[in-house]
Amino acid sequence: MALLNIFKNDTSKRVVLTTGRVVSESSRCVQCGICSYNCPIGIDVRAHVWRSEPVNHSECLTCGECVARCPRGVLSFAQTDLFARRKE
Amino acid sequence: MRYVIIGAGVAGISAVEAIRSVDTVGEIIMISDDPHGYYSRPGLAYFLTGELHDKALFPRTKEHYKRLNFNYLRGRVTRILRSDHALLIDGKSRLVYDKLLLAIGARATPLDVPGAKLEGVVKLDHLEDAKNILKQAKRGKTAVVVGGGITALELTEGLLARGMKVHYLLRGDRYWSNVLDKHESEVVENRLEEEGVTLHHHSELKEVIGRHGRVSGVVLQDERALKCDMLAYAVGIRPCLELIQETNLAKDRGILVNEHMQTTDPNIYAAGDVAQVFDPLTGKSVLDSLWNPAHEQGQVAGLNMAGRKTAYLKSAPFNVTRLAGLTTTIIGVVGHGKDDDMIGIARGDSETWRQLPEAIVAQSGFDVNHMRLLISEKNLVGAILMGDQTLSRPLQKMIAAKADISPIRDLLMQPNAPLADLIAQFWMSWRATLAL
Ligand SMILES: Cc1cc2nc3c(=O)[nH]c(=O)nc-3n(C[C@H](O)[C@H](O)[C@H](O)COP(=O)(O)OP(=O)(O)OC[C@H]3O[C@@H](n4cnc5c(N)ncnc54)[C@H](O)[C@@H]3O)c2cc1C
Repeated sequence: MALLNIFKNDTSKRVVLTTGRVVSESSRCVQCGICSYNCPIGIDVRAHVWRSEPVNHSECLTCGECVARCPRGVLSFAQTDLFARRKE
Repeated sequence: MRYVIIGAGVAGISAVEAIRSVDTVGEIIMISDDPHGYYSRPGLAYFLTGELHDKALFPRTKEHYKRLNFNYLRGRVTRILRSDHALLIDGKSRLVYDKLLLAIGARATPLDVPGAKLEGVVKLDHLEDAKNILKQAKRGKTAVVVGGGITALELTEGLLARGMKVHYLLRGDRYWSNVLDKHESEVVENRLEEEGVTLHHHSELKEVIGRHGRVSGVVLQDERALKCDMLAYAVGIRPCLELIQETNLAKDRGILVNEHMQTTDPNIYAAGDVAQVFDPLTGKSVLDSLWNPAHEQGQVAGLNMAGRKTAYLKSAPFNVTRLAGLTTTIIGVVGHGKDDDMIGIARGDSETWRQLPEAIVAQSGFDVNHMRLLISEKNLVGAILMGDQTLSRPLQKMIAAKADISPIRDLLMQPNAPLADLIAQFWMSWRATLAL
């Protein structure tokens, strides 16, 4: 799908690592736990999703394991700089 | 005040959390006959494929439970004695309640053919079922899968991942025909075949054949025979209604509840897969067998039980799943009619998906990224996205809000219209008008 660039503002690895964090769409989640299971530093990503919170854990590496492995597209990266993006 | 919750699924746990958010002192007792308590039932599919360890299926730690401050009883509730406000557990001990929640879920519809009780005939409801399957799934052996919808595919993929040869029997001419269109069924079937699954269309199971009490093969209605070591079935699910047989609580296909999740007895509530919920918007009572509605209904039931009057507003039916490795989102109304491979309602399914109003289908994309939109006169009424999920959230919002898409309707209907771009562009302008 050739999508408009507006949907592609969060894909650069460098941008994510420096200014990004993992956010969730909890209505897609069934608490299967693949995210928590694969987190290299043991963050309980699933618990954040249950509470509809971003993964605001100070040790999150934004390595993307959870984002890539979620079978249901629950997780994605977003920029933390709220001024860079219009709030929804 | 004593709250009693039967069932340790997502509806039950959500209810406990909701009650505690309102009432910090009332006594809460949860009872379940599942030896494993609360775990992610949809996650069982990923446990089967080996993507997850079974220990990872449990979303809660002991500390979580401690903080919620409730008692957990392992046992089977065998009767509800309404006039005494009491339950019988395992036929003997009595437990009195002030407010009761039935969050007892649904179970696989049993297979109704000779030989269905043989060892090696398996289903996937609970963690014990998944463990049983894994114990029997031997590399190089053969399995036959019957049924439709998501669970049958999950069984197929799980057995395949464990090195079994899999034959998948479909009664009709294609997979999940009442939700997917022909092309989408083909996408799924082609991918299954690429993974090595042997599909048999127009094939209906007649009998399971056994040797020494174990499955050794199946015979089909047209007398064809297949040798196999396992038969896995997923032919639909049924809300667990046995418990309320003698109670006179109103029921239809599920336990009937109003928008406050209250049954016809004001002290008894029901939520989740077992509840058939009144939807004030359509005036109908509907069954869902989806994780998120069960979560929301459990919350609403808990709040009401604790005295905070709250109505459950059914959102547009919505499910995300993985079909033959493709993340797939199904929003709103996308299918119609009856599926030959399912009895009643499919798992991960909502009846609303088949209540098709006048709608026209626009379509784009190829195998891995596919989008289908269902459009009525002025609105989007449904969508299926396979593969790329970028537009899933915008579509979900616009379908739920019944956004007026008149400005792009004609464009969407043109042959080979760039659907994704049109939708993305429209979403941006629609969202901007909301922000004003
Ligand atoms: C393999 C599989 C895949 C699924 N995939 C999806 C999916 O992709 N998306 C989706 O949205 N949904 C999916 N679902 C459905 C989803 O899991 C259910 O909708 C959800 O679990 C319903 O929760 P519940 O709390 O209503 O019931 P359940 O989770 O079924 O819990 C019922 C509880 O009641 C207990 N119980 C029942 N009777 C008694 C009794 N008499 N005494 C004591 N305890 C009793 C049981 O032990 C259990 O603890 C899937 C389900 C399965 C099994």
